[in-house]
Amino acid sequence: MRLPEARIIAVILTLTTAAICSMPTAAETQEKAATTSRPADGGDRPYRIGADGKVDWAVFNGFRRYNSICNTCHGPDGAGSSFAPALVDSLKRLSYDQFLEIVVNGKEEVNTAAEKKMPMFGTNPNVMCYIDDIYAYLKARSDGALGRGRPPKHEDKPAEAAEAEKSCMGG
Amino acid sequence: MARSMPKSGFVLTVASAVSLWAVGAQANDDLIKMEKDAKQWVMPLGNYAGNRYSSLNQINKTNVNKLQVAWTFSTGVLRGHEGGPLVIGNMMYVHAPFPNTVFALDLNKNGQIVWKYEPSQDPNVIPVMCCDTVNRGVAYGDGKIFLHQADTKLVALDAKTGKVVWSVTDGDPSKGETGTSAPIVIKDKVLIGNSGGEFGVRGKVTAYNMKDGKVAWTAYSMGPDSDVLVDPEKTMSMGKPIGSDSSLKTWQGDQWKIGGGATWGWMSYDPQLNLVYYGSGNPSTWNPVQRPGDNKWSMTIFARDADTGMAKWVYQMTPHDEWDYDGVNEMQLVDQKINGQDRKLLVHFDRNGFGYTLDRTSGELLVAEKFDPAVNWATKVDLKTGLPQRVKQYSTEAGGEDKNTKDICPAALGSKDQQPSAFSPQTGLFYVPTNHVCMDYEPFKVAYTAGQPYVGATLSMYPPKGDNHLGNFIAWDATAGKIKWSIPEPFSVWSGALATAGGVVFYGTLEGYLKAVDAETGKELYRFKTPSGIIGNVNTYEHNGKQYVAVLSGIGGWAGIGMAAGLTEDTAGLGAVGAYKALSQYTALGGTMTVFSLPE
Repeated sequence: MRLPEARIIAVILTLTTAAICSMPTAAETQEKAATTSRPADGGDRPYRIGADGKVDWAVFNGFRRYNSICNTCHGPDGAGSSFAPALVDSLKRLSYDQFLEIVVNGKEEVNTAAEKKMPMFGTNPNVMCYIDDIYAYLKARSDGALGRGRPPKHEDKPAEAAEAEKSCMGG
Repeated sequence: MARSMPKSGFVLTVASAVSLWAVGAQANDDLIKMEKDAKQWVMPLGNYAGNRYSSLNQINKTNVNKLQVAWTFSTGVLRGHEGGPLVIGNMMYVHAPFPNTVFALDLNKNGQIVWKYEPSQDPNVIPVMCCDTVNRGVAYGDGKIFLHQADTKLVALDAKTGKVVWSVTDGDPSKGETGTSAPIVIKDKVLIGNSGGEFGVRGKVTAYNMKDGKVAWTAYSMGPDSDVLVDPEKTMSMGKPIGSDSSLKTWQGDQWKIGGGATWGWMSYDPQLNLVYYGSGNPSTWNPVQRPGDNKWSMTIFARDADTGMAKWVYQMTPHDEWDYDGVNEMQLVDQKINGQDRKLLVHFDRNGFGYTLDRTSGELLVAEKFDPAVNWATKVDLKTGLPQRVKQYSTEAGGEDKNTKDICPAALGSKDQQPSAFSPQTGLFYVPTNHVCMDYEPFKVAYTAGQPYVGATLSMYPPKGDNHLGNFIAWDATAGKIKWSIPEPFSVWSGALATAGGVVFYGTLEGYLKAVDAETGKELYRFKTPSGIIGNVNTYEHNGKQYVAVLSGIGGWAGIGMAAGLTEDTAGLGAVGAYKALSQYTALGGTMTVFSLPE
């Protein structure tokens, strides 16, 4: 899946209009995220899982990042909490674009029936530098390709991932 | 100072000091008198000593099985309901999580709503609360109800009308500072702690003048001595003066400025010693490799002078935390014999799984034993040095960044979280709601951004090997450091306990049961399934000659995050085994108070 250019611009625009100029890397990361490491086969399966359960680095890293930040509301392994939706279900409906839009800008539903509020993560390097990995992990979970808990085996960290991390996280 | 002050100013100062003192002394006396009246429930933990005990005995071992629902009340709020109602005279005060609604109910008129207060708060505070939008209750003092809102505002409400008397802002939610703790009123002051250890806030306790909301003192958990309110010569730790820069020396560079040590738990007070007791939380981040040093004074029990905030003694339970074992749980103050000697004790059940018994006058460590046999990160605590003897296998620091350390017990939730225990002077035992959960923990490098989560570790939680339950409700002998009896529960017990002179102990469960057990044996005497899971605290009061037991249900909090969908997958057809069941199969959201009594 590739992002239409208009969408990239929209996302970047949203980022800048949200006055997140203090972190120029966010927009760059965003663009990088949006234009690279999407599946080559045209489908939306941005992960690789071997017959022995070995997952690619992105899925593994996504597991780690998800379960240190997103899980504090969305529950362990994307399974949902008492107040935030199970992302294993949400990703059955949401496109990559929609997923990205919500992560970057947040979401709010505060009224007499709900007190739900997701913050904007557009400026958080711990999220945005790994957003494709988090997406890959959740998509694998949502597709039923990956069970709960820590993936038993994973591929080594590729040099490109290490490099991308270094430039994005600032050393 | 007086010399340089104009005469009129000096006189004014003296006058206001005198009137303040008068108000303070009176409020203090009032509460000390009121806490002895078992008909009322005047502070969240029942009394200054934090005992959650009632001398009421109309409901007792022989008749508790006849208990029935007297009345119920909906808060209209869905998310996690911690804490419990206060009863002052004929009024009951019920609070709710965000938006932090407070209701005053007239018990003389079948719980009619006398007033309702609902603050307007920026919803942006919701996602910077780490573990649901909980609030642990309101406090009473001098005709006012004190509410510590999610957005850190401390509001004084007229107890009769609900009108705002004053309001102050304690912290900055845009940096991740939030309010969840129940205030405590001591003399002429009202004290609150802050939340936000997962956002790199700087933990502190602030005392506000009850009269006008002005800051009387602020004591930080970390930083320079003048901020921490410690005296290098007079503040003691393990029997020795702590020396200068005791906090700064244990941090790398400026890391203490975003070092956590939040103070979101419970406070207790000893009027004779004039000391207030509370604990500080985890150092930020959860990645220990990133913050070398002991990270003082995170994970610490503080004993502070209630008037000045100056620390008399401190004890750091878990130096350089590697597991998120916050030290904020309640401090129970009791007088018991140890080795035949009468001692003024402080008993504390820490997240790290050790039950500590200290001399509350001096901070001397007397007993430190595991209150869950599953605890494995340390073999024991050295009573002389106060240091836990760590087991390398379970050290996430030794494992290092990007390494997964397995089978650590307890999990980050702790062997017990904030859910306060109860103490019965009849049995001399503590009744403790506990968690029975272990974890894998993988720390990794994390960058700090103000107002964004600053966690830096990935966790998986599961029941201890070979077990299929996630909680226990235990009776504990703090003089010996031994479990007297233990009741396994399918889920963590996240509800505050209540002990009564009727020989009955009450607690709630995550499935929503209110349970009554025999204080001597732990035998279950009664259970009732309330509308939602219970993470609130059980309280009791008497009205028109009748004893009532009240509890808030409303699933949520950290328990609601971790266990809603179950901790692990039911992969091996273990469907019948409790631990693998999702809490969401048992209960759903909804804040309701249920009040019980015996039939006519």
